[in-house]
Amino acid sequence: MPVTTLNGHEIHVSEEGFLTDPTEWDEGLASTLATQIGITLTDEHWNVIRFLRKDFEEVGETPTLRRVSTVGGIPIKTLFGLFPQKPAKKMAYVAGLPKPVGCV
Amino acid sequence: MKKLLVLGAGTAGTMIVNRLRRRLSAGEWNITVVDQDDVHPYQPGYLFLPFNILAPEQITRSRHATLPDGVEYVIGDVDRVDAPTNTVTLTDGRHLGYDYLVIASGTTPRPDQTPGMLGEEWQRSIFEFYTFEGAKALAKALQTFDHGRLVVHITDMPIKCPVAPLEFTFLADAWLRERGLRDRVEMVYVTPLPGAFTKPIASDALGSMLDERKIAVETDFLVERIDVENKALVSYDEREVPFDLLVTIPLNMGADFVARSGLGDDLNYVPVDKHTQQSKTYPNIFALGDASDIPTSKAGSVAHFSVEVFTDNFLELISGKPMTGSFDGHANCFIETGNRKGLLIDFNYDTEPLKGKFPLPVVGPMDLLKETRANHLGKVAFRWIYWNILLRGRPMPISTHMSMVGKTNNTTTK
Repeated sequence: MPVTTLNGHEIHVSEEGFLTDPTEWDEGLASTLATQIGITLTDEHWNVIRFLRKDFEEVGETPTLRRVSTVGGIPIKTLFGLFPQKPAKKMAYVAGLPKPVGCV
Repeated sequence: MKKLLVLGAGTAGTMIVNRLRRRLSAGEWNITVVDQDDVHPYQPGYLFLPFNILAPEQITRSRHATLPDGVEYVIGDVDRVDAPTNTVTLTDGRHLGYDYLVIASGTTPRPDQTPGMLGEEWQRSIFEFYTFEGAKALAKALQTFDHGRLVVHITDMPIKCPVAPLEFTFLADAWLRERGLRDRVEMVYVTPLPGAFTKPIASDALGSMLDERKIAVETDFLVERIDVENKALVSYDEREVPFDLLVTIPLNMGADFVARSGLGDDLNYVPVDKHTQQSKTYPNIFALGDASDIPTSKAGSVAHFSVEVFTDNFLELISGKPMTGSFDGHANCFIETGNRKGLLIDFNYDTEPLKGKFPLPVVGPMDLLKETRANHLGKVAFRWIYWNILLRGRPMPISTHMSMVGKTNNTTTK
């Protein structure tokens, strides 16, 4: 597992750059990760990120777009607006969670 | 008398009762299986109906004929499972008790879940081929389709048999060429994935096969609705893909009774341990086949390999031992590519589809991820194997666990 240093944080990441240990994440790191993919975090982004973190803690898996919409109450359309093109991957990346499965 | 109750007499459910009836004492164990009708379809055959390669009567049999003596077969619709009291209620009010329950009720295409899909264009210019009726309707539509935009579309993952949309695309391309119509048809493959398939090496191989056939690919496309008036798919990020003939794979969902029983996730799949298929909530409930949430393909081969692990585990469990079998996510799929050729892929939770020979190194006879005649013949022969060997739970000469033998492993990606 590659180790990288980002903004003073030493983090373990997968080959695609997703954090492999969700406990290495904090809100400061989220802003840095978001900048890496060209996103400036707003309150709306934070709503999504906090839902992702909470749901991951409860379920143990990165939620799908459908789940963020049905359980988290944030419409899929909004997610595409906040995290353009590849919302499922980008949300997980910023929230420091594993890349979502479901792609099998 | 102990009771094993199986919901669903499809590929997984039928294999389970066939294997377990032989191994559970008739004096100690009652086995009951429930399904809503008496028609067992050979689902891989649906792919061939639109092109008249198989006739409708070649792909169904009576479920009765596939079940062994000594298994009680109940025809009925499940209303709900009351897990705390170990009871299943049918919609006609019948109650069935159990000591162990297997949910094998599969997954179903749900065109009702996408706005516009089930509208006035349904089965006029919008078709699917994952049901018997849908595949027959598409066969009829293809007879008169001679020009325009043919769009093949996946609504969202996971879907049953994730290679089938690609196979349909390859077969449609070959079929149009044979009729001299290919130049008059623009073909587009629309997918929510970032490429032609889910795993990188297979995605590259299959992607270049789409290129060679001049089939455009629209990736990362998550459909929000169908614009019925303008006949176009519209994505959440407001891209539009117009069509004259749309062949869509609607959203796939597990059975509604799973949701009513509080046993499902947001797509009605039962959360289970991915190595034992045991429910994460109730230790006497298992979900096999497409009904579970395990992170591998929803495919008959997965049902087959996981049922082999499950039945051995089940015998250990009921004799009070720990379950020692562990399913590795093994899947093995033939991919028809047109012109009587085919591809073969073999993979599991940790190893993506690789190139090489199968099942033996050098001699094969099957080539992995390569178009050959032998792979096509394998697929053709499989229908006989399905009815006569697989469903009966007889041994197959393929290992339950994926093997690296014969595979070319020059990457170590996970």
